[in-house]
Amino acid sequence: MTAWDYLLWVAFPYAASGVFVVGHLLRYRYDQFGWTSRSSQTYENRLLRWGSPMFHYGILMVIGGHVVGLFIPKPWLEFFGVTEHMYHLGATWLGSFAAVLTVAGLAILIYRRRLTKRVLLVTTVMDKVMYVFLAGTIAFGTTATVLYQIFGGGYDYRGSISPWIRSLYSLQPDPSLMSDVPFFFQLHVLTATTLFLLWPFTRLVHVFSAPLGYLVRPYVVYRSRDNPRGAGSRAPRRGWEKSERPLERSRK
Amino acid sequence: MRVMAQMSMIMNLDKCIGCHTCSVTCKQVWTNRTGVEYAWFNNVETRPGLGYPREYEDQEKWKGGWVRNKRGRLQLKAGGRLKKLSQIFNNPNLPQIDDYYEPWTYDYDMLTTAPAGTQSPVARPKSLLTGQDIDIKWSGNWDDDLGGSQETAAQDPILATMSEKVKMEFEETFMFYLPRICEHCLNPACVAACPSGAMYKREEDGIVLVDEDACRGWRMCVSACPYKKVYFNHKTGKAEKCTLCYPLIEQGKPTICSETCVGRLRYLGLMLYDADAVLAAASIENDQDLLNAQRACFLDPFDPEVIAAAKAEGMADDWIEAAQNSPIYKLISEFEVALPLHPEYRTMPMVWYIPPLSPVVDVVSNSGSDGEDARTLFAAIDKLRIPVEYLAGLFSAGDVVPVELSLRKLAAMRAYMRGIFLGNEPDERIPNAVGMTGETITAMYRLLAIAKYEDRYVIPKAHVETARELDELGCSLDNDGGPGMGGPTSHAGPHNAGDPGPSGPYGNTPGMPLNATVDNYNQMVGDSPIIKTRPATPGRINLLNWNGGGVPKGMFPPVADAGSPA
Repeated sequence: MTAWDYLLWVAFPYAASGVFVVGHLLRYRYDQFGWTSRSSQTYENRLLRWGSPMFHYGILMVIGGHVVGLFIPKPWLEFFGVTEHMYHLGATWLGSFAAVLTVAGLAILIYRRRLTKRVLLVTTVMDKVMYVFLAGTIAFGTTATVLYQIFGGGYDYRGSISPWIRSLYSLQPDPSLMSDVPFFFQLHVLTATTLFLLWPFTRLVHVFSAPLGYLVRPYVVYRSRDNPRGAGSRAPRRGWEKSERPLERSRK
Repeated sequence: MRVMAQMSMIMNLDKCIGCHTCSVTCKQVWTNRTGVEYAWFNNVETRPGLGYPREYEDQEKWKGGWVRNKRGRLQLKAGGRLKKLSQIFNNPNLPQIDDYYEPWTYDYDMLTTAPAGTQSPVARPKSLLTGQDIDIKWSGNWDDDLGGSQETAAQDPILATMSEKVKMEFEETFMFYLPRICEHCLNPACVAACPSGAMYKREEDGIVLVDEDACRGWRMCVSACPYKKVYFNHKTGKAEKCTLCYPLIEQGKPTICSETCVGRLRYLGLMLYDADAVLAAASIENDQDLLNAQRACFLDPFDPEVIAAAKAEGMADDWIEAAQNSPIYKLISEFEVALPLHPEYRTMPMVWYIPPLSPVVDVVSNSGSDGEDARTLFAAIDKLRIPVEYLAGLFSAGDVVPVELSLRKLAAMRAYMRGIFLGNEPDERIPNAVGMTGETITAMYRLLAIAKYEDRYVIPKAHVETARELDELGCSLDNDGGPGMGGPTSHAGPHNAGDPGPSGPYGNTPGMPLNATVDNYNQMVGDSPIIKTRPATPGRINLLNWNGGGVPKGMFPPVADAGSPA
């Protein structure tokens, strides 16, 4: 193993994870106002109507597949009777369907963003950087699947990439697992890691605002002006709270 | 019974001259920023007409408001919770910016800097979205004063539901103005549709607000509001709406639109209502019963039981007193002349209207009859089916009876008071004919015609002792693009790319959030034009974005250097 292996498959992923976590915490703490999907639907809807649901539903399936493939160890699935062959078939064909949805959706979205003048003009530099790494990750992942899984003999990433990721999270990183992984899988992992690094600073933060609470909360929300979190006001920052008599404080 | 107070507004349409002062002052205060150029928290539309955004009342198209489903339960017209969430990636009912209008400015610079030529220079319209020339085809009040209505008025959603079509010959048309703000509904569909729970109704005064920090830009509120009074700020990606100028209301002052209304036609005051009764009232089967169902939710502020219940809820004495003196309570519940806008949307709107009698008076006067004689006016109200039906389409879900009654009361007031001013013996038969007495009709006259400032606005101050944080609000709107950000900054338009945007009070302020009070603001701003306004291109300034302070660069052409060739 070379220093490069340690750099790419240990240092870089840990750095990206750190930035991902700390970046989100900081942004949530200090930039709630900027925390939005920043939709451009009011500018253009003819293309978005197709592109956005295709991409989003596609990528949700892709994420689900990755969770199964990367975080559930092979023996666990085998315990439930999912053999390597069954897994491979499912991953390849369901994955291909999700990939087609995602790639087609993304293509529509990029086409729209580039060629609709109103949308292009509100695209920030960070949006463009994010698009490069998002599209890159998806493109390399799809290429790897097509090359090695569909036309190749089928590569068992559950024997290399998956244990490598789990080795990172069990804090016993093993970069040797990644050294012999096929090139496009390596590229896919690297661009994805970069995307995670950039994530907290892009509009992708909206992923963590998926409003599932909507399903259970009452329709009409009431808030009191007295509530420090009410009326849209920020909670006072630490160290800036109003002083109050100890008695009042203890009464709360 | 759960007693709640609602700060409400009533507009007396008889007095509206369609001057748009309310809209302009509202815009200057709240929406003179990039991202909401197209948004008018207050707008004035000419009726019959399409309104703003275009045909917003056609709920078959926009799916705003609530519907009563087969099981008799209330549900959002656009669908239930799961359906809403499944549409989160693309809201199929969202109006496009062209349904409002593409915002534009003019190339004023050309007027002063055009090279010498044979033709007069022209300030061309430029899109504020793309910076390019645009062909203006629509705006917030394109059919103002029925301009172009021969072409468009037939698409008016209210006319479309009427049995007879109004003849759109200009000289025969029944025309009036309808100023609109957010309705601050008792059963707000926008709040119910917000997936993030960022929109809320304030417990103290019922004002419906958006928590800009919690809004994630899902846009469901925009389409759920049947009045289309929540707007999507396309720069910040957040929802914005009329706030009923709550910073003013909290200080006991009227909203900007009310304060600056030259016709003095707006009334502000509290209504007490039973919050527990709202849902049942909004779910009532027949659309035309909704008006009375809503009236039944209102509580009598003089009733000792109501007072006791209000106090038990912690309502302060001065608020109960304000509810007793409220012009809103008088106009809705005592005189019963005010009506809600589109009760059939089932949101229980709380900005009500006194329907306009003046078009009826005009018709009578033009026919040579006495436009202030009670019997002539009553007969005219009965005869003018089309206008009355149209008003009923707006204010009572098509039921002409409440509209007729309201108009007859206004007619009676007119005739009765005329008699008194002519020195005749007061004719008590006139008020009796509309179920009123000389005394009540005189009281109504004082409120509607004399309309003293202190009678129109009965606004109790917010209680600082309960709202400890009130004067220390860190305003979440002070960010770039927020209503408090101060002046226009770049959105990535070609004309001002790279503009970092101003900083300053309520702008990109570092450190502690500033207290959002008027005093604080004045102190920070001082005499200097801190709300900097830069021309979109050098030598060009959009006057709509000018705060009136100082002389921004680009307001006047640069002074030529002495000695340089003229």
